[in-house]
Amino acid sequence: MDVKRKLEILADAAKYDASCASSGTEKRDSRDGKGMGSTDAGMGICHSYAPDGRCISLLKILLTNACNYDCLYCVNRASSNVTRARFTVDEVVQLTLDFYRRNYIEGLFLSSGIIRSADYTMEQVVAVARKLREEHHFRGYIHLKTIPEADDALIAEAGKYADRLSINIEVPDEGSLKNLAPEKDVRAIRRTMGRLRLKLDEAREGAKPTPRGRTAPRFAPAGQSTQMIVGADSANDATIIKTSANLYGSYHLKRVYYSAFSPIPDASRSLPLRAPPLMREHRLYQADWLMRFYGFDPDEIVGSESGMLPLDMDPKLAWALRHRDRFPLDVNRASREDLLRVPGFGARAVQRIIETRRISSIRVGDLAKLHIPRNKALPFIVLPDHRPAVHLLDSAQLAERFKPKAKQLGFAF
Amino acid sequence: MHTITLNGETDFDGWRKAARLLAMNGVAPEDVTWRVADGDEPELFPATLDVPLQEMRGTFNVPAHFVDLAQHVILHRNPERFALLYRMLWRLRSNHDLLQLSTDADTSKLESMAKAIRRDEHKMHAFVRFREIGREPQSHFVAWFEPEHHIVELAAPFFARRFADMAWSILTPDLCAHWDGHDVSFLPGVDKSMAPSSDRLEETWRTYYASIFNPARLKTKAMQKEMPRKYWRNLPEAGLIKPLIEKAERVTSEMIAAEAQEPKKPQRREDAMARSHSIAPTEYPDDTSLAALRDEAADCRACALWKDATQTVFGEGPKHASVMMVGEQPGDREDLAGKPFVGPAGQMLDKALKEAGIIREKVYVTNAVKHFKFVPRGKFRLHQKPATPEIKACRPWYEREKALVKPELVVAMGATAAQSVFGKIVPVGKTRGRVIDLDDGTRVLVTVHPSYLLRLPDEEARATEYANFVEDLRIVAAHLSEKARAA
Repeated sequence: MDVKRKLEILADAAKYDASCASSGTEKRDSRDGKGMGSTDAGMGICHSYAPDGRCISLLKILLTNACNYDCLYCVNRASSNVTRARFTVDEVVQLTLDFYRRNYIEGLFLSSGIIRSADYTMEQVVAVARKLREEHHFRGYIHLKTIPEADDALIAEAGKYADRLSINIEVPDEGSLKNLAPEKDVRAIRRTMGRLRLKLDEAREGAKPTPRGRTAPRFAPAGQSTQMIVGADSANDATIIKTSANLYGSYHLKRVYYSAFSPIPDASRSLPLRAPPLMREHRLYQADWLMRFYGFDPDEIVGSESGMLPLDMDPKLAWALRHRDRFPLDVNRASREDLLRVPGFGARAVQRIIETRRISSIRVGDLAKLHIPRNKALPFIVLPDHRPAVHLLDSAQLAERFKPKAKQLGFAF
Repeated sequence: MHTITLNGETDFDGWRKAARLLAMNGVAPEDVTWRVADGDEPELFPATLDVPLQEMRGTFNVPAHFVDLAQHVILHRNPERFALLYRMLWRLRSNHDLLQLSTDADTSKLESMAKAIRRDEHKMHAFVRFREIGREPQSHFVAWFEPEHHIVELAAPFFARRFADMAWSILTPDLCAHWDGHDVSFLPGVDKSMAPSSDRLEETWRTYYASIFNPARLKTKAMQKEMPRKYWRNLPEAGLIKPLIEKAERVTSEMIAAEAQEPKKPQRREDAMARSHSIAPTEYPDDTSLAALRDEAADCRACALWKDATQTVFGEGPKHASVMMVGEQPGDREDLAGKPFVGPAGQMLDKALKEAGIIREKVYVTNAVKHFKFVPRGKFRLHQKPATPEIKACRPWYEREKALVKPELVVAMGATAAQSVFGKIVPVGKTRGRVIDLDDGTRVLVTVHPSYLLRLPDEEARATEYANFVEDLRIVAAHLSEKARAA
């Protein structure tokens, strides 16, 4: 099998992993003329976009799609009929370097099916990173998938070469993981995440300048992340958000990725075969942002009894409609925390408001310059030249205003 | 009316010099026309002047951010940019805070132009595609790119940092950047026909592009927002977009309609279940039954605390330790590491043990409650005191540990530990510091929990309480040395 055919199989096998970022690592470059590659301290670069709207930043592949495990949601599970392939370490290294030189990618995201044992698989994954870094002095981004329960020394070595490490939590509910992935052990996943956090903490503390210089070795400067599949089991949004909050708090994850379960070729009979719940996935990402950047508590994001986020409006707007007593808010006086809770106000807009209002008060005509959608925000705010109608906030029709217009069904001639 | 002629589209120094002169001569923005020399006019902005501009001494201040903003905005293709920047400079002299006023029309315009430049620069970093001429190590990598604004000089250093070890050129209609391994040089723009039209790896790249796309998740608007059509003509993968979209719906509906196949007969499935245990208990020679108990406790679901915690944190120490120290519950660090007393309270305990002359490895250390109880607060986990039902639920583990270790002395640290050890609530203040005999023959010493010492706000109290704690531990030390003498 030639490399191109392997790439076809092993990229296809990796496309269900939502993680794509190449951001948040240390700053490196190759101006010393030895080796190749660079990273920015902040943003990564998306080199292309697929028609699914997702960015292509890294060469995202599996080392092999052969797997001992039989996880029902996974196209690579042991009982699936997909064609199997396996890259050699050198093939992955060469492909990464070749793609990188042409500026197609920011680096490599390498994962693997679990073959032989956790340690053997992890060792193979680490071997690719070691070769890239030590033999080719590759300075680009490397994201490695960590195999739970792999030996501690292998994890330490992975963190020495990789910018980011990740382990997928798979599904939010432990009970459904037992059904869907009988060989996976959520406790082992959490233990590995815990070990990673200890190593990350140690490296961060060691990186602080001390009189004796750095003490701890480098360990995954872009931190760790995880992915949760949404819609393969019956867990509701409240459970998902609560699980995420726990993961962020316990293991200091940089990102939790949500991946709408999408139909896979040769799917198991016990899974929902339908279009992936993309809108639900989108709402979960919005809810995730509310937790991380807008000061929302995980418990207050979902308000319905069903434990689901509404699909027809964003979670912040839904929250505001449930808490009308806190509005309208005077934009020229309100605290940053309160401003962040106004529908349509982004973090950047709030920052601009705070800078601007020190100098001059904000009026309706200014909203557009602050990139704030008028219709969404106006019912909730007071400005010198605007006060929402007294009854509007109390009216039952308010929610209707924001819902997408019902579409007239067309007749086919 | 003054007409100022600049040397080129991105002549920031020329603009700055002229703007400074104009401002110091009090020339209002509406009285200036800006233009760019078209090549045959070598000199810098003499053109037509109403009144000759006086060279003036002195300087005036503008916010540092303005210089940065202006350097970006001048790269914009909008011909109004020179006038807009001068107007801003003019207004900044009387209103120093103007750049913070996002609601001002000029500020807002400048910000959005600067944003367009940064975006275009970012897209150039992303969408340049090198094509190889010749083969390594003699190869030369050449790209063709059509930036929206005058950003080649701005964007080039990125490629120098990244591809320092290869010879590369980026050709554009405006300006070309060349790297020789040491410096970037710039030459006039060229025609697209000068650039190579293919690369041996492009087919492989296109294979990757097609394979990584999930047809069940079509979101073409999201794609076009980040990768606008104007860039497509120079991206080797863009030719695939249309056919992939056309195929997507058919593939997806086929996938949904497909009858699930008979699963493949499991091949030789290597024993997936026989995985090594990651948290190996510290090895003690004869602790097999303790190890079994530890394994059993790992799956404990006796109360709800297991759900949010990482793992059961079981006791640790030699099997026949004569002293068993019982704490409250694992904290953040203990939960992650799977070992008792490794966090701040553990360090406090270590210090006090050492001071009292006790070797930690000789005592058995455990907790009354073996899962971490907490509430998440953003990036932190706030420790919560275990409730009585949780202490009760966990008590059997303590009792079974004690039955195996058979300690002669149990040290209960803090109220929670005391509650577990005595099986009822016991006030620590009244019982601490003396050895109490229980009906079952257990001898118990009650003292405070080391984390109590960490929480004391004032230093004096902390020192006194710490000394008291060490004093309590000396009772333990005395017991140990008595035992050593007896042996």
